[in-house]
Amino acid sequence: MKEKKNWYDYLWIASLTYLILGFFNILFAWLGLLCFFIPLLISIIRGNKAYCNRYCGRGQLFSLIGGRFGLSRKKDVPRWMKSKYFRYGFLIFFFIMFFQMLWNTWLVFAGTNGLKTAVTLLWTFKLPWHWAYHGTLFSDGVAQFAFGFYSVMLTSTVLGLITMILFKPRSWCVYCPMGTMTQLICKAKNMTASQKSSPSGHS
Amino acid sequence: MAKRKAVVSIQDCVACGCCIKVCPRNAISIPDGIYANIHQDLCVGCGKCAKECPASVITLEVVG
Repeated sequence: MKEKKNWYDYLWIASLTYLILGFFNILFAWLGLLCFFIPLLISIIRGNKAYCNRYCGRGQLFSLIGGRFGLSRKKDVPRWMKSKYFRYGFLIFFFIMFFQMLWNTWLVFAGTNGLKTAVTLLWTFKLPWHWAYHGTLFSDGVAQFAFGFYSVMLTSTVLGLITMILFKPRSWCVYCPMGTMTQLICKAKNMTASQKSSPSGHS
Repeated sequence: MAKRKAVVSIQDCVACGCCIKVCPRNAISIPDGIYANIHQDLCVGCGKCAKECPASVITLEVVG
């Protein structure tokens, strides 16, 4: 029996809109910070992965395209892809690339570098993206961050789409850095919580 | 006939919650954000979660 849909079952529309807006005005990329802070805050405050479980629009988008529309081979992901080494390794790699992006943003803020109106796909390919830049109010750094952040979002979407086609629709969830990070936070929280309370039978 | 029920490989579960959404019996929860927990009394062993799981860490096993 199919259950009644909730409002959060339509968050894939928000994810799709986000990607489209980036083609028109890159400054919308700043909204993507919500996808970073909301899951982190939920895991830190509530100690669960409600973001992944309920609200993740990207996951919904993948299950819609891969599941409902059938654009997926629906094969098992390879064993290495779900290993802790790969998942944690990818998280670290993602972090390094993220801080590099922040550093590039800082260099533009500081005036050392000029603004580069390009989106970097898969950390390698520089795509011209000047059409989505119509100036910025405060500093060129604001726009540089938008280009950098949109690069992160587009890259992870493309990776997710590739693994969606090759494996199961939501294969991205297996190695999603945000998912790995929030799971680690939940593990840490749970460990400290169980240390505080009396050592009860934890299965 | 032996009853088969869904069993999660806790070590490999990424706690994404795809299984929760497809379970027709609402038998799955991820209480602490670490791994999925399947309510054995509610599970009817339909296998929808096993099919959906992106990490393929749910199997149907004969229980009891």
